[in-house]
Amino acid sequence: MSRLTDANVALAREMIARYPRPKSALIPLLHLAQEQEGWVSDDAMAHLAELVGVTAAEVRGTCTFYEMFKLHPVGTYMVNVCTNISCQLLGGEELLHHAEEALGIRPGGTTEDGLFTLEDVECIAACTEAPCMQVNYRYGLRLSTDDFDQIIADLRAGRHPQGLVTANPGEPIPSHGTLGLTRQQTGESKMAGVLPPEQVNEAPVWLNANATEDAS
Amino acid sequence: MSTGEYVPHAPGYVDSPGTKMVTSRFGYEDSYTLERSLATGGYEGLKAALAQAPDACHGITRDATVLGRGGAGFPAGIKWGFCPAEVWPRYLVVNGDESEPGTYKDRLLMERDPHQLIEGCLIACYAIGLSQCFLYVRGEMAIAQQRLADALNEAYEAGYIGKNILGTDFSVDIILHWGAGAYIVGEETALIESLEGNRGMPRLKPPFFPAAVGLYGQPTIVNNVETLANLPWLMVNGADAYKEHGSETSPGTRMFAVSGHVKRPGVYEVEQGITTYEDLIYGDDYCQGIRDGHELKMFIPGGGSAPWLFPEHVSLPLEARPVGAAGTMLGSGAIVIMDDSTDAVKACLRVVRFFARESCGKCAPCREGTSWEEKILQRILDGNGRPEDIDLLLDVADNISPGPYPVASDESQGLEAVPFPPRQTTICPLGPSSVAPITSAIRRFRHEFDAKISGVPVEVGS
Ligand SMILES: Cc1cc2nc3c(=O)[nH]c(=O)nc-3n(C[C@H](O)[C@H](O)[C@H](O)COP(=O)(O)O)c2cc1C
Ligand code: SF4
Ligand code: FES
Repeated sequence: MSRLTDANVALAREMIARYPRPKSALIPLLHLAQEQEGWVSDDAMAHLAELVGVTAAEVRGTCTFYEMFKLHPVGTYMVNVCTNISCQLLGGEELLHHAEEALGIRPGGTTEDGLFTLEDVECIAACTEAPCMQVNYRYGLRLSTDDFDQIIADLRAGRHPQGLVTANPGEPIPSHGTLGLTRQQTGESKMAGVLPPEQVNEAPVWLNANATEDAS
Repeated sequence: MSTGEYVPHAPGYVDSPGTKMVTSRFGYEDSYTLERSLATGGYEGLKAALAQAPDACHGITRDATVLGRGGAGFPAGIKWGFCPAEVWPRYLVVNGDESEPGTYKDRLLMERDPHQLIEGCLIACYAIGLSQCFLYVRGEMAIAQQRLADALNEAYEAGYIGKNILGTDFSVDIILHWGAGAYIVGEETALIESLEGNRGMPRLKPPFFPAAVGLYGQPTIVNNVETLANLPWLMVNGADAYKEHGSETSPGTRMFAVSGHVKRPGVYEVEQGITTYEDLIYGDDYCQGIRDGHELKMFIPGGGSAPWLFPEHVSLPLEARPVGAAGTMLGSGAIVIMDDSTDAVKACLRVVRFFARESCGKCAPCREGTSWEEKILQRILDGNGRPEDIDLLLDVADNISPGPYPVASDESQGLEAVPFPPRQTTICPLGPSSVAPITSAIRRFRHEFDAKISGVPVEVGS
């Protein structure tokens, strides 16, 4: 139940400045709130509304459309098992059933220690590597039930799970809410410049300035 | 003879023989760095473009007939021409929302070669005067987001993006944007709504093309990741060289993800048109056949939205027009192979359930109809089907997508193909897509439905 920290407000302002209209930053900002807290609280939504200049109801309207945003606390690790067609053909549903038994929860549920939330998800774009899952959006591919158990055991023990693919070898699996471990850092000095659409009435200079003389 | 190998750092990708226009760097473990990109011809396409007038670059793209790789197969050069002449600014939105069941290629392109995609974006912006580019990456793709963020930081630092790119008067910003889990956001007008910070619901048409009215009401080009990734090769080698690959109406290569019951599932970049489904499914260089002891029963030829094909269709070339005439589509390049162990009702239900879960709810036929279809199929599968359920299913389907439905020919019953695309009572094609698996399965495997409804078991595969 918190607003964004000062550091995150600074980051949010930087992100908002990259868009011609502030509301466009809303989904990345909701991710930022979720990164800070692990889920998206009412206070966070109200704060984002102030930052982008819309009502809190509008922020909620956007937020509730998207499955990745959680409106209540979830586990440190979101375990998303794919059961869509390519995975189903090669044991995705069996993997999900195994996950239910191993974790003792049903899809949507969270383990009592608060470590794992299980979800039954749609295609995650790794169909040739079926059956597969994501843990906090890092892939586990061509998984046997033993592979699954190993990944869970590693995470429980605080070890790096070899069974999950990360951008760099050995990179930590962040807790739920953090997606990529790096961000775009384009500062204003490097940018061509962002203007609201109503302030741009001419063709860009490289096209041929003359061609737009009679515009307007 | 080379039969290609899996490339461990690009899970699923097989370095099959043949010209590689978009996957040429996948063999390098560090293919995503600026250093590797530059050492292997990276940004040469941008330089070739900047050495010519913007119009000329648009002309090359038009001449080469670069067909959209996102699903609809619309030629990029022609789409670019739909921007109204004197309306500024214009935007580029890159569709990296890849979530069509069976589809796996854009994520590889973003994770393995982000600089190639950035270069493609720059070329498109230069060619038609797009003043800002938004790279919309699917929310669940954390590693692709990370690689693109790193690549954008490197490219800005090195002067490939931003103000006065490579010392010219070309200036553009590329902004990494990411979603939060919603298949429908892949539909281009929903993508734009989402990028405006709204619920990701498709817009009513007309206007039909965001190129006329898109982001903030401005002309906006929406292109798929793979489409844009073709541009660097094209600018370096020219339209004639591009057209030497593939077939006349579908030039160049395409990435296909072949999943399901094959010996070597994988992602393959092959020349369009001259390669067939048979080559991909059975070829030594590709999937090497159906798994041992089984035979092909049916396959999804272009993503979950595509009507199914059957063993007699494998000789079709991987080319938009003949596949469309056969009653289905090449779609997103997702081929799902199902062998004789597959329960047609169960497979059908799984695909329909996807559409029911992903319906955005904006229009009634899809919102109500897709979950109704799911419910009927579920009770048939569970053995609680009613005698009238097949007719009911087809009636619900008819309310979402009035028949005749696109379907493949069924030679055994003397039935002709009904060509793609479907008709729709809905705002977008998601609802009608749910009809594809239903009509495909019922037309061909009605006996499996009947058996489940009557309670008399049937041997799956007969
Ligand atoms: C329900 C639905 C989902 C779609 N999902 C995607 C997608 O994930 N990626 C994509 O590139 N195109 C998707 N499309 C197609 C886009 O609307 C659009 O045609 C495409 O991005 C245009 O790019 P292209 O011309 O380069 O192919 C989808 C279309 C529909 C109707
Ligand atoms: S067809 Fe379905 S997904 Fe498309 S606009 Fe209508 S309700 Fe939304
Ligand atoms: S069907 Fe499971 S990843 Fe695509």
